[in-house]
Amino acid sequence: MWDFIRERQDQLLYNAFQHFSLVMQAVLVASVLAVLLAVVIVRYSWLQGLANALSAIGLTIPALALVGVMLALTGIQPISAFVAVAFYALLPVLRNAVVGLQGVDPTLVESARGMGMSPLAVLWRVRLPLAWPVIHAGVRTSTQMAMGIAAIAAYILGPGLGGYIFTGLAQIGGANAVNYALVATLGIVLVALVADVLLLLLGRLTISKGIRA
Amino acid sequence: MTTQHTTGHTSGISGAEIRLEEVVKRYPGQKTAAVESLSLTIPAGEIVMFVGPSGCGKTTSLKMINRLIEPTSGTILIDGEDVRKSSADELRRKIGYVIQGGSLFPHMTVAKNIAIVPKMLGWDASRVKGRVDDLLDLVGLDPSRYRDRYPRELSGGQQQRVGVARGLAADPPVILMDEPFGAVDPITRQRLQDELLSIQRELRKTIVCVTHDIDEAIKLGDRIVILREGGHIAQYDTPEVVLASPADDFVSDFVGSGSTLKQLSLARVNEVDLRETVTARIGEPTADAVQRAEAAGERSVIVLDDRDRPRGWPWLRQLKGDRIVEPTEDLVTVDERSTLNDALDTMLTSSHGAAVVTGDRDRYIGIVTFDTVTDHMRLLEDRAVEDRAHEQAAGERA
Ligand SMILES: Nc1ncnc2c1ncn2[C@@H]1O[C@H](COP(=O)(O)OP(=O)(O)O)[C@@H](O)[C@H]1O
Ligand SMILES: [Mg+2]
Repeated sequence: MWDFIRERQDQLLYNAFQHFSLVMQAVLVASVLAVLLAVVIVRYSWLQGLANALSAIGLTIPALALVGVMLALTGIQPISAFVAVAFYALLPVLRNAVVGLQGVDPTLVESARGMGMSPLAVLWRVRLPLAWPVIHAGVRTSTQMAMGIAAIAAYILGPGLGGYIFTGLAQIGGANAVNYALVATLGIVLVALVADVLLLLLGRLTISKGIRA
Repeated sequence: MTTQHTTGHTSGISGAEIRLEEVVKRYPGQKTAAVESLSLTIPAGEIVMFVGPSGCGKTTSLKMINRLIEPTSGTILIDGEDVRKSSADELRRKIGYVIQGGSLFPHMTVAKNIAIVPKMLGWDASRVKGRVDDLLDLVGLDPSRYRDRYPRELSGGQQQRVGVARGLAADPPVILMDEPFGAVDPITRQRLQDELLSIQRELRKTIVCVTHDIDEAIKLGDRIVILREGGHIAQYDTPEVVLASPADDFVSDFVGSGSTLKQLSLARVNEVDLRETVTARIGEPTADAVQRAEAAGERSVIVLDDRDRPRGWPWLRQLKGDRIVEPTEDLVTVDERSTLNDALDTMLTSSHGAAVVTGDRDRYIGIVTFDTVTDHMRLLEDRAVEDRAHEQAAGERA
């Protein structure tokens, strides 16, 4: 296996980076969208049941099925992979952001309003910072999930390490079939670990010491 | 902030008058209004306590002043100006708001919590920093120790102090408080009440404070508004009058029986004669202090720090070493504006049968003893007997 890796070292590294980059971009876009959605959902209580149901259903859609649908909708394009990964990444962040925002003590919000903060200032300076530890946990879950989804999205020509897995599966019984699948899987696990360490670091830097667990 | 300048220069009052005119609040779907036509004038520079049973509309009435709740109808004027004239946010930056537990933002340090309103008002950084330190000093927290702490690193009482400092931050003429000391233990509550009185003596703000505790209302209020269901005023008067002549059965039931003990809540420590005793200063030779105490026939001394604040009350035999060291005991003192009732509570926990009395900024003034309080109670009883005799005489004549 060492030889297999060494022969394809540059290519592997490149693909690992692509995998990482696809996931992080998708998670970033998804997180921003999810938080914005959560703010709206928490504002209108009738939306909350709907959102819960939708995200529960969303998480049960098999990734491969969604990828198939994307294929039918957008054809084979890198953007299709991005959209599929972002869709899954959105759900855990959305759920946590709703829970996090709902968990903010209403008396704190009222206190902030009572001091003359505008609703936007209350959101930015009080509600989001207080919900952030929970949202951040959602972002971590979502990133881990997106690592796997991105591998499947390689089926529609998404970039990254997933391609190796499909190559391996296609060549089952062939000389390097196991190597392909194994190296790609290990690679994804490593990339996921690196991403999680980076996110933990981000948490250290952005979660106030006053509310850190 | 013009109010401060128009009302502040003559009498040291920095507060503004508040007027409620036929204010009504009906919540959606409610059959009877939470507040049915409340009219009330709160004089500048006074503490007015809203007191009454739960659900009678105290909080609703309070929040209409800073427009956290918009009245259904009626007008509210602060310093003669309709509160609806400016935006709600602008209005609120000029009104301090302190609620139960302090309600500090847990993700911000003490300094950041206090700085919120000054920053919104555009103060520059150095002015904000100076103000934060001044306020921490005012509420009795050492700025260098506490400014960078987070709320969860503070006790309940300390959090509440910071809450008060935050309410005072931008020097607003009006401060609204909703059950501010409801979440702390009785001894801390008594201290916080004393501190509020001491701060108010300096600042003379207009403070509207909600409580369900009649004793707190009697102690803190220059005036008390006793409310009943629907925000109806049962009585609006000074604590003395409310205690001496309740307007009706509702008020007398709420106030409770006017026993002599309750009357002790009316007399302040500074109305009785305080006793002098021997004091010593941290760092001075122990022998000197002992000599002074023995000459005066005392068996203990009160140890003061360099700012005249009493720090301990050791017996002479407890004084060890060449120099007086900083006492480790947590001395409970009473403010001179405390009620005799509070002083009595404090005495009961002291082995000296007396309590140390402090004035502005916790400076030592003297001590109040059991004898002083019992003398005062006897005086009150004599007076009550006389009053009854007068009434009887008047009744017989009629
Ligand atoms: N947001 C609200 N919606 C509907 N009813 C309310 C609301 N807030 C308070 N009330 C009702 O108005 C009345 C007065 O409440 P409140 O002012 O909180 O009383 P207090 O502070 O004296 O306990 C109560 O009957 C309460 O149930
Ligand atoms: Mg209330």
